[in-house]
Amino acid sequence: MDWSGILVESTRSAIGVPAAAYAISAVGLNLQFGYTGLLNFGHVGFMLVGAYGMAITVDLGGSMWLGLMVGMLLAVLLGLLIGIPTLRLRADYLAIVTIAVGEILRLVVRSRFAAPLTKGIFGIQRFAGEFFDLNPLPEGRYGIGNLRFDQRTMWVVIVGWVVAVGTTLLVRRLIRSPWGRVVRAIREDEDAARSLGKNVFAYKMQSLMLGGAIGALAGAYLAIDQQNVGPDTYIPLLTFYAFTVVIIGGPGTIWGPVVGSIVFWFLFEFLDELMTEALVAGWFGDVLGSTDVGPIRFALFGIGLMWLMAYRPAGLFGSREELLIDER
Amino acid sequence: MVGRVLAAAAVAGSLLALIPASASAGEGVASITGTLENIEGAVRTPVPGVMITVSLDGEPIGSAVSDEGGEWEVEVPGPGTYAVELDVSTLPEGVALTNPNRSVLPAVDVSEGQRKVVRFNLGPGTGSTVGTWARVWGLFMIGLKLGAIIALSSIGLSLIYGVTGLVNFAHGDLVTLGAMLAFLFSASPVGPEWHVLLATAPALIIAGGLGGLQEVALWRPLRQRRSGMISLIVISIGLSFVIRYLILVVFAGLPRPYRDYAVQAPIDFLGAPIVPKSLVVIVIAAAVLIAVGLFLMRTQMGTAMRAVSDNSDLAESSGIDVNRVILVTWIVGATLAALGGILLGVTEQVQWDMGAKLLLLIFSAVILGGLGTAFGAMIGGFVIGVTVEMSTLIVPIEFKTAIALGVLVVMLLVRPQGLLGVRERVG
Repeated sequence: MDWSGILVESTRSAIGVPAAAYAISAVGLNLQFGYTGLLNFGHVGFMLVGAYGMAITVDLGGSMWLGLMVGMLLAVLLGLLIGIPTLRLRADYLAIVTIAVGEILRLVVRSRFAAPLTKGIFGIQRFAGEFFDLNPLPEGRYGIGNLRFDQRTMWVVIVGWVVAVGTTLLVRRLIRSPWGRVVRAIREDEDAARSLGKNVFAYKMQSLMLGGAIGALAGAYLAIDQQNVGPDTYIPLLTFYAFTVVIIGGPGTIWGPVVGSIVFWFLFEFLDELMTEALVAGWFGDVLGSTDVGPIRFALFGIGLMWLMAYRPAGLFGSREELLIDER
Repeated sequence: MVGRVLAAAAVAGSLLALIPASASAGEGVASITGTLENIEGAVRTPVPGVMITVSLDGEPIGSAVSDEGGEWEVEVPGPGTYAVELDVSTLPEGVALTNPNRSVLPAVDVSEGQRKVVRFNLGPGTGSTVGTWARVWGLFMIGLKLGAIIALSSIGLSLIYGVTGLVNFAHGDLVTLGAMLAFLFSASPVGPEWHVLLATAPALIIAGGLGGLQEVALWRPLRQRRSGMISLIVISIGLSFVIRYLILVVFAGLPRPYRDYAVQAPIDFLGAPIVPKSLVVIVIAAAVLIAVGLFLMRTQMGTAMRAVSDNSDLAESSGIDVNRVILVTWIVGATLAALGGILLGVTEQVQWDMGAKLLLLIFSAVILGGLGTAFGAMIGGFVIGVTVEMSTLIVPIEFKTAIALGVLVVMLLVRPQGLLGVRERVG
């Protein structure tokens, strides 16, 4: 058992690209779910739109930064389209429609029909040159001990955390504004907010669109790191990574998504490394093969999500008394 | 590291599709490959979206779907004689095998490291020319079959919502569970290898039992702790991952048919070619749906279910044991979902995420009919099934599921409580 190796890889994941990406994604989801009480099960759809919006724009000859804007605007539009039929209804309807939209977006970008733009199942590659051209870091390996990133990854990581903190501060500003007080009031008691003359539908819509745009930013960020978008990346599971991150950090807390993402990716990678090592060490005998590690990790992820929601719905470090969402 | 991040952030699904590949990764991997082209005179057009399955000794070991260029490739573990089957049902409209009996190439020899090219000859038509009427009627029947399966699977979701207020996102995985249990008892080499009809009995009993267990061990304690609706929904999502990926560990990622009724020649049914098993599925489903209807309307338990669904407090105060009613609802719902899964497995194949894929159609059916109403779920199931299948007359087959979402959204805009729902149910 190479414990130090396991810890290094887990930490790498917890401070690296995946944690930064899901911190950003979860900031958006936290605005929708944690602060407004919207059960958006299609967050992956917003991430997809952000990534594809950018990649297609570059593919058509536009600038990557323009593409980033296009992706986020498309996410705002997507929020509008999803919101119109569902936001007047109860939370479970939104959940069903969003999970469906997320899956259908994946099928659409995958389809032959959209292939002239999206390149179908092959996806689009190498569109983020402009991002890496800006990298000021000289060649080298940055970090301590075995935990090092090359200059390329280091640049992605730095930008990721800057964006994560930036979006967090933006959300903090919003939540402490009159707008934020209204959305929290909607989460607590929609009818009360309505009786005070607030246009609940409009506030929910704004929250859905803004959270979606932040989700799109996260999707674009992940795509930049991989220099690749492909339809089969955007499976519903990604939405629930973001959900787990939000719940670990505590829904409706400012820094929850950032903390939650670090904790989540540490644990997730730790589990993976541990099982892989244990498999190599022969702990599982012939019962499990190397291809079983992935599915088992996802099953354990499911158990973790259930446990969190049942016992620690206010976050890993929160208390049940502080529970904000869902007491209706 | 980048690869690892990719793997982490990405996709169980596509990873698992690669299982046979990773098992024999490295240089010189043997594979079977080909290009599907529709040849009309001198014009060759690639045929995408067709499923090809490769089996060894009757055990499917891999499958592929042809891409935009009509190309497909299945990696095989090593040299040997493989059977290659083209799934005729996945051929697009108007394209057929030039020789309908050549959908299976029973003996394809592959040597070490070879990239073996095999060829299926495709041409216009479906052997005998199929007229518009036959196409419409045939799709309608296929839609009825799909609708019957959706209806069976939906009732449980709708009833459970009715009596407990839970929208169970793990319901699709109960469908898979039923199909897998029947597979275990019939086609799996570790099971007793019974006929699939016989295997259905233990599968339904176990699936129903697991449904009851779920209620007693998970949902009842959560209700007693007064967990809110949103918590319960997220927990059901977590549960769906647990069931789905444990099934994947046990049964692996490949789609597999039951041994019985796997291949049937279509018969002429009022002018359209239909495989007999589709008709049997419709008949079985219709009989079960009628039985469920009678159970709900005529028996004391059924009446109690409807009472709890209507108003749980009122039902309790009039002496109904609500917890017992909920338990029975779970058992009935899980059993019906399992039956839906088995019928789906018989007409198509058994796969670890078959229920998850069906879930969107189930949700559409349930909302169309009205959340919480069993009869609404039945009607919704048939409407969705027929609409989705017949939509392929007009839109590309890839958008089948999107059509279901379209129906769902239109319904939410026009009549959110569903066809048979009551207005006050919606927030």
